[in-house]
Amino acid sequence: MKRSIVSRRLSTAVALAAVATLGLSACGGGSAPGGAASSDSGSAGGTYTVWDPYPQFDDSSAWVQLLKKCGTDNGVTVERTGYDTTDLTNKALLAAQQGTSPDVILIDNPVISTLADAGALTDTETLGLDTSGFEENLLGAGVVDGKTYGVPVGANTLSLYYNKDVLDAAGVDPASITDWTTLTAALEKVSAAGKKGITFSAIGTEEGSFQFLPWFWGSGADLTELDSSQGVAALSLWKDWLDKGYAPNSVINNTQTTSWQEFATGEYAFSENGTWQLGNVKDAGFTWGVIPIPAEGGGVAPAPTGGEFVAAPVQSDDSRYATTTKLISCLTSPENALATDTTLSYIGATQAVQSEQEKDAELKPWVEAVQGAKGRTSDNLGTDYPLISEQMWDAVQAALSGSKTPEQAMKDAQTAAASATS
Amino acid sequence: MTTLEQGGSAASRSSGAGAQPPARAPQDGARSSGGSRPGAGGRRRSPSSVSQLTAWAFAAPVVVYLLAFYAVPLYRNLDLSLRDYTVRSFVQGGAEFNDFANYTTVVADPTFWPALWHTLVFTFVSIGVQFALGMALAVFFFQHFRLSTTLRALFLVPWLLPLIVSASTWAWMLNSDSGVVNYALSLVGVDPVHWLTSPQWALTSVIIANIWIGIPFNLVIVYSGLQSIPADVYEAASLDGAGPWQKFWRITFPLLRPVTAITLLLGLVYTLKVFDIIWIMTRGGPGDSSQTFATWAYDESFGNVLPRFGSGSAISTLLILMALVAGLVYIRAQHKQEAS
Repeated sequence: MKRSIVSRRLSTAVALAAVATLGLSACGGGSAPGGAASSDSGSAGGTYTVWDPYPQFDDSSAWVQLLKKCGTDNGVTVERTGYDTTDLTNKALLAAQQGTSPDVILIDNPVISTLADAGALTDTETLGLDTSGFEENLLGAGVVDGKTYGVPVGANTLSLYYNKDVLDAAGVDPASITDWTTLTAALEKVSAAGKKGITFSAIGTEEGSFQFLPWFWGSGADLTELDSSQGVAALSLWKDWLDKGYAPNSVINNTQTTSWQEFATGEYAFSENGTWQLGNVKDAGFTWGVIPIPAEGGGVAPAPTGGEFVAAPVQSDDSRYATTTKLISCLTSPENALATDTTLSYIGATQAVQSEQEKDAELKPWVEAVQGAKGRTSDNLGTDYPLISEQMWDAVQAALSGSKTPEQAMKDAQTAAASATS
Repeated sequence: MTTLEQGGSAASRSSGAGAQPPARAPQDGARSSGGSRPGAGGRRRSPSSVSQLTAWAFAAPVVVYLLAFYAVPLYRNLDLSLRDYTVRSFVQGGAEFNDFANYTTVVADPTFWPALWHTLVFTFVSIGVQFALGMALAVFFFQHFRLSTTLRALFLVPWLLPLIVSASTWAWMLNSDSGVVNYALSLVGVDPVHWLTSPQWALTSVIIANIWIGIPFNLVIVYSGLQSIPADVYEAASLDGAGPWQKFWRITFPLLRPVTAITLLLGLVYTLKVFDIIWIMTRGGPGDSSQTFATWAYDESFGNVLPRFGSGSAISTLLILMALVAGLVYIRAQHKQEAS
């Protein structure tokens, strides 16, 4: 008798607790309160908050020192928090909802149009921020309906790293690679010589789309028409490499970091990767070089631009903008930007920084690549881009894993993207 | 049973008799020495309402906690799932009610039926195998052979590891090109299997990893259930000539029924919401081939730069309902068992 009451209570409690736990975990993200609260508005001087996606830098790093210095120079204290990149978008949206946005935010450039669309960012005209020094193709990612929201702190993009030892052993001259045919021929030779061809990231996230875009654009395809013959050709190129074993099957789950780890084993001839690996490649222990990603018919394919924008979230007290603008100008001034871009392995977003970086032979090909690069949200795609990109990475995944043909995958993707963006 | 209970209540009565007087004494003392003071208070508030208030005061922290951490998030989730949220209306407010539009969108989505199927397969296969293996291991370790404690402790390792560690390790082991599993297969002449990157295998791979992680939980609970079965029952069965098989099916299994029920229910709820393992190993892909409701809900809400909170929370709500149904079924079964 006693026992049954206890056990009944216990079971009810367990069932309730279990359901409640599930409920919490299922919806926790939607209703979690915002992160660090920004300082209260008002008093001259005071504290200005900065959020960035560089959690790897601690308070003693040059980046945080620069932030503090820009603050002191303008008579305010800067309070900085570093978040994980993927986390920062959600944090920024929640903060905007709660009215606890930071004064300055550094955020991945394709997110700018989303935040601007949400009405969470202040445009540069309102801020009185001069954007004339910035390269047009980089600034483009922050332009929504003719207004600019923030300025790039620097940029990165993709090229092909090659392992010279592997290429030499296979008898391939990297200079001979000028289009898709010569690249595939080179991969064939490398495979025949017993080494592995190329590694990249085709993961089902924005990272996968980022890596696919140089090939997609390089075929002459346009994001508004995924299933064009050019778009299908780009996907077929990748699929073909997988089928022939020129690229490993693991690319389907590779992030750019894991694909770099594959390249770092010294077994691979090529890796499609970004400027940010320049520091690591020097420790790789083999002779390396960089060539631009070729377009289908020759020439350099436009690669997407990566890198963060410095932007000013909307504040209820607009008297804060004056100081915010000074802080942003300080962070992006040529000498400070050069220092920041060097620490981050980025290419400058202004003519001044780029011409300084071009003097370095290692950086020169990257400066050129960035100059030829294109913002993902440019062409006024804005908030349509994420919707298209999602369908595109799904198509890449479906085709590479063999569940659909490239034609079918792109056709389905286009149908879905069209209905999502209409 | 009755004698036990009588003994129990007698013991509690006697211990109560020992404990209560000292507790009551200071109260009495206060009342008598205080004279008119408690009387004045007593006129305004009857002792019963005071004790009622005290009771509420004691309950308040729990009530506040439950409201803040359970009721409000659940309500918010439901609210989100019934509104038309865009990024703009999420930030600026004013998202309009759109009745069940999010739910119809979700059900009409081509991902819905595959995701539902994957969720069910993932949950039931995981639980079934976990429980069978957990029970087998528990019975095995219950023999108390040499080193059994050490070995049992080793079996707990999957439970102790952070999920990110075990999931990443599984992802490495199952890697198509450099994974140790494919290497082992190649030694015996089997072609490499694309564990995580082929639509045929992805779901199987995450189920295998999840079973591995879930076994210790089942092992521990079943093991503790075994300890509560009196040894004399087995002795009597042995005297009657029962073999090990008979002992298991006629004694162990029926007597473990309450433990079994609770293990399966907890397992069901844990497994329904499994997210980390799938997300780390395959991200629900390739395509949607290992997408479950948990990963799909996250993907809708946070997987894209342009979050779709409406459909994300609609999927979460469906998931909660599934767990709720499981809980109710369990409670009903429990009642039936008690009634019989």
